[in-house]
Amino acid sequence: MPAMVSAAQPVQRSFNPYTENGGTILAIAGADFSVIAGDTRQSEGYSIQTRYAPKVFRLTDKAVLAVNGFAADGNMFVKKVRQRLEWYRHAHAKDMPIRAIARLIQTMLYARRFFPFYVYNILGGIEEDGTGAVYSFDLLIYFKNQTPAPGTAFPKHLPLSTVLPLVIDSFTSATERHIEVGDGLEIYIVLSKGSTALQSLQTIRGIQELTATNDGERVFVIRRELKKD
Amino acid sequence: MNSFVERYSATSAVGQLRKAQRLTEEEEEFSDAAWGSQAGFGNIMNGPPSFTVPNVRDPAAFLRLHTDDHADPNCRIKIQHGTTTLAFRFQGGVIVAVDSRATAGSYIASGTVKKVIEINPYLLGTMAGGAADCQYWETYLGMHCRLHELRNRERISVSAASKYLSNLVYSYKGMGLSMGTMICGWDKTGPAVFYVDSDGTRLKGDLFSVGSGSTLAYGVLDQGYRWDLTDEEAQELGRRSIYAAGHRDAFSGNTCNLYHIKQDGWTFIGNYDIAKMHYDGPGDVPGAPGGGYGYDVRLAAANSTEVAAA
Repeated sequence: MPAMVSAAQPVQRSFNPYTENGGTILAIAGADFSVIAGDTRQSEGYSIQTRYAPKVFRLTDKAVLAVNGFAADGNMFVKKVRQRLEWYRHAHAKDMPIRAIARLIQTMLYARRFFPFYVYNILGGIEEDGTGAVYSFDLLIYFKNQTPAPGTAFPKHLPLSTVLPLVIDSFTSATERHIEVGDGLEIYIVLSKGSTALQSLQTIRGIQELTATNDGERVFVIRRELKKD
Repeated sequence: MNSFVERYSATSAVGQLRKAQRLTEEEEEFSDAAWGSQAGFGNIMNGPPSFTVPNVRDPAAFLRLHTDDHADPNCRIKIQHGTTTLAFRFQGGVIVAVDSRATAGSYIASGTVKKVIEINPYLLGTMAGGAADCQYWETYLGMHCRLHELRNRERISVSAASKYLSNLVYSYKGMGLSMGTMICGWDKTGPAVFYVDSDGTRLKGDLFSVGSGSTLAYGVLDQGYRWDLTDEEAQELGRRSIYAAGHRDAFSGNTCNLYHIKQDGWTFIGNYDIAKMHYDGPGDVPGAPGGGYGYDVRLAAANSTEVAAA
């Protein structure tokens, strides 16, 4: 009898423009570099929509943006950020510094205060003073992660040669136990001008350089396979 | 009736947002200024910022459906909450102390949040409630304080600045903004602290604490507060109060950021690890008694009872 009662209940329909497309992104800042990584699986519930949908995007030679959450919102958001950065380039004949990009992203997110983009962003790159930087955003704003104490550099105990295996291991182990993570891994590396980490990169298999300007900062990407099951 | 009025009224928050939206739609999406150096947040010559609003009958209800709520913890969008912030006025100026933890539900989203917003060299705002709302509107307030300076050739009073913010958030009442903030500073009337929240409350006072850990902070603050505190004593009281809240409130913690506002503007006193304060104390800083705030004290008490029993 209760079943009949519940069947007769009115059903409220509502506007739901959001889904969750899974995946993982991460970023680590070092003294003179920044690493931004993400897997490439896009899923909805238990089904995989595609095995290659990039979540990490090079914005400039100094900044790389990773987006996670609702893929359609994420792609649109990256598109709009890139458009603003291009306008900036036309107006000022230089790339926008990462500090300004972080603020730009903040205002772009907050402009959607009453209709948020369902995207979690991480912005990694190199500050104007040459230090590595990571900014993380919730749906509406940003937090800068851990500024080093005045007069000191970023954790020296975390050289690039330690960070890269750490990132790869993190993703392989996430792939083992999380159904939304897998298929492929893209690791972006941003090096500041004259970074000593450069030599350690040369020996890495399949590394590809994406640097577009002669400003001195250099962007690389490493692609790795992750388990597909 | 109420929703009917809300829907067709031209002066309600929703009505104004719709109007702003229509105005921006009539123009091109971006003006020519966007191509030049005027582009960006700093361009307030175009009037107040406009927001994208979902094209549904009740935007506020849409937002309520999808954002964090005590009634529905399963919704997708979680807004960061949970905080302890305090500020008090005393003989030597204003002390502002906050913790640095951001939580989304039971998840600690960050332990290194800057909850003191440096509006200008004489004004500080604190952040409790929605981190985004506080950060955005207090930055926006900072721009208007600067404009006030340029227009009137004098610094804005703390009272005027706080009222500006209070009126601003009041115009969005019912749209789901969430902020509880203290606007602190030094103006020609001396040190001042105002409490402003998103309900539209604005209070002048000597001593405030806001956030989930505020009751714990008040406990320490109230027993140690006097008007004639020395600078060192006042700083220690701020630190000790945030420690107490960080220790007992699950939604507060990680580190404490301490600021002191004097006649010539604010200075950042320091960042103190709350776990470290428990065991070792804040380190060699003026006002600190030396030793941990929690561990040693309890150990000493335990030992003394043993001695008494023996």
